Amino acid sequence: MAHLEDQRETIYKVDPEHPETKDLPVLRSEELLLNMGPQHPATHGVLKVILDLEGERITKSTVVMGFLHRGVEKLAEHGTYHQFIPHTDRLDYVCAMYNNFAYCRAVEKLMDITVPDRAEYLRTMVAEIQRIIGHLFWLGTQALDIGAMTVFFYTFRDREILLDWFDELCGARLTTSWYRIGGIEKDLPDSLLEKVRQFLDYFPPKIEEYVIFLEKNRIWLARTVGVAVITAEDALSFGLSGPTLRGSGVDYDLRKYESYGAYPKCEFSVPVGKNGDTYDRYWIRIEEMRESIKIIKQCLEQMPKEGAVMADVPSVTLPPKDRVFTNLESMIQQFKLFSQGFDAPAGEIYCGTEAHKGELGFYIVSTGGGNPYRLKIRSPSFIHMGAFDHMAKGYMIADAVTIFGSYDIVMGECDR
Amino acid sequence: MHPLAESLQARFPQAVVSVYEWRGDVAVTITRDQVHEVCRYLREDPKMDFDYMVHVSSVDWPDDEERFEVVWEVYSIRHRHRIRIKARVPEQDCFVDSMVDLWRGAEFMEREVFDMMGIRFNNHPDLRRILMPDEYDEGWPLRKDFPLQGKGWRDTFDFLNEGTT
Repeated sequence: MAHLEDQRETIYKVDPEHPETKDLPVLRSEELLLNMGPQHPATHGVLKVILDLEGERITKSTVVMGFLHRGVEKLAEHGTYHQFIPHTDRLDYVCAMYNNFAYCRAVEKLMDITVPDRAEYLRTMVAEIQRIIGHLFWLGTQALDIGAMTVFFYTFRDREILLDWFDELCGARLTTSWYRIGGIEKDLPDSLLEKVRQFLDYFPPKIEEYVIFLEKNRIWLARTVGVAVITAEDALSFGLSGPTLRGSGVDYDLRKYESYGAYPKCEFSVPVGKNGDTYDRYWIRIEEMRESIKIIKQCLEQMPKEGAVMADVPSVTLPPKDRVFTNLESMIQQFKLFSQGFDAPAGEIYCGTEAHKGELGFYIVSTGGGNPYRLKIRSPSFIHMGAFDHMAKGYMIADAVTIFGSYDIVMGECDR
Repeated sequence: MHPLAESLQARFPQAVVSVYEWRGDVAVTITRDQVHEVCRYLREDPKMDFDYMVHVSSVDWPDDEERFEVVWEVYSIRHRHRIRIKARVPEQDCFVDSMVDLWRGAEFMEREVFDMMGIRFNNHPDLRRILMPDEYDEGWPLRKDFPLQGKGWRDTFDFLNEGTT
C-alpha cells in the first residue's frame, strides 16, 4: 500500500536538467532554526522544541522542558506517604485517578497490604473510567491540533458526563485524590452505580460517532497514516510504553503482564498496531475505550454487593470517616497518621501501573519512618519525549505537533 | 537467590557486590567499573534479553563512603523478567558509564539524574540540564544537603517582591 509508506522517502528537489527549471537562479540554502513553544497552543502546556529545518523538513530537534518543574520528588521526601497523594493529582492533571492508583499501589507494595475485594473492583472500575476520559481528551485535542475541530466538541461532551461523576464521587473533577493507601476514600453512592450502568449503553454508539468523523476524513488520514513511524525495536529501546509502544506491535501492557487490581478477573484484549504510525496509535486508543467499557461492565457484574472498601491495618490505613467524628480511638488514629505518618519498613520497591499514557511507575526507597527517603516517578510523558528527535527527523514542521500529540504528553507529568 | 542474580553472580563473580531481594523485586549492585559490561551482557545475551529500559534513578546516601547510588531498571518483554542494576559512585570523581549505547531511552533519564543529583555519565552524547534551567547554578536539587526551599535564587526574582516594598 503506497500511502502507508514512510513519508520521509518523499523529498522534492529541483531538477537542474529539467527544461523548465534549468534557467532558475541557484538559490542559497542554509539551515533554519525555529523555536516552537513554549507558548504554542498545541504543546499541551509549556513545552519548547528547537527545530533545525531544511526547507520545511525537520533535520534535528532539541526538546527544552522543565517549565513546569515543581520539584515533586523533593517534596515527597519532606512529607508523609499519605500527604503525597494530592501531589500525584498534579502530575498528570488530566487523569488524576490513575496517578492516585499508581501511587497507592506502590505504597501498598511497600507496606505489603492487601486491598479488600470490593475496593479492588471499585478502583479498577474508576481507573477504567479515567482511562476513557484520558482517551477522550486525547482524541479531542489531537484532532483539534491536526485541524479537525468537530470531534473536540463531541468528545468533550461525553468527557463532561464522566467528570460530573467524579464530582459526585469525591467533590473534585480533576484533582480527585479519591484513592487511599489500602483502599478508597468512601464507597460509591448507589445512584452513581446506576448512572454507570446507563452509560455502558450510551457510550459505544458515541465511539462510532467519533470514528465516522475521523476515519473517512481525508485530512485526518493524510496527517496520521505513515506519520511518526517507529519500529518496535526502537520503541522498546527508547522505553516507550502504553499505546505509543503498542502501536508498533508490542503487546506490552502491565494489566496483562503484571496484572493487578481486578484485571486478572476480567476478560479483555489488548489491541496491538502494525505500522507504528500515528494512525495505529489513534486506532489503539479507540479500541481501548471499547475494552474499557467491557471491563467496567464485568466489574459491575462481579463486584461484591457489600464489604469493606479499606484494608483493616490500623497502623497504616485511615479509619472510616464517620467514626473519626464519634470515636476517640479513630480520631487518634487519624491524627497520628496525618501528623507523623506510618512507620514504613526499610527497603525499596518499584511498582509500575498501566496508566492510559503508558507505564506510570513509582520507585520508593524507604529507610524506615514516616517519609519516603527517595521517591522517583517514572512518568511516561517524560520518557516519550526522549524519542521525539528520533521520530521527528525528516518530517514537516506541522507534523511535529502530530508527533508529540500522539504520545499524549501532559507537561505536569513530564516536568514533575 | 533469584535465578537472574545467580546467573550474574556466576558470570561476573568479581563485579557483583551485593544482591538484594524484597517484595519480589531483585536488585544487584555492581562495581562501577564493570556496570557497563554487565549491562551489555543483560542486553545482548539471548537468555537475558533485557530490551526495555524502565527507569534510571539515583539515591543520595550522604553518610556513606561512596555517596551516590545510580539505579537502572530494565525489563525483558520476551522473558517477562525485570532486574534492577545499581552502582555506587563516590562524591569526588562522580562518574559512571552511560547506558545510552545499549538503551537509547537512557539518554533523557540519565540527563535527569545528572540534573538532579550531579552524577556525570561517561560517553553520554548530550549531558546537559534537562528540568532545571541551563544557567541554574545553585547545585543539585535532589541531594540531601540541598534545602527544600532552595538556596535563595528565587528571592532574587523581581516579580516575586513587587508591591511588598
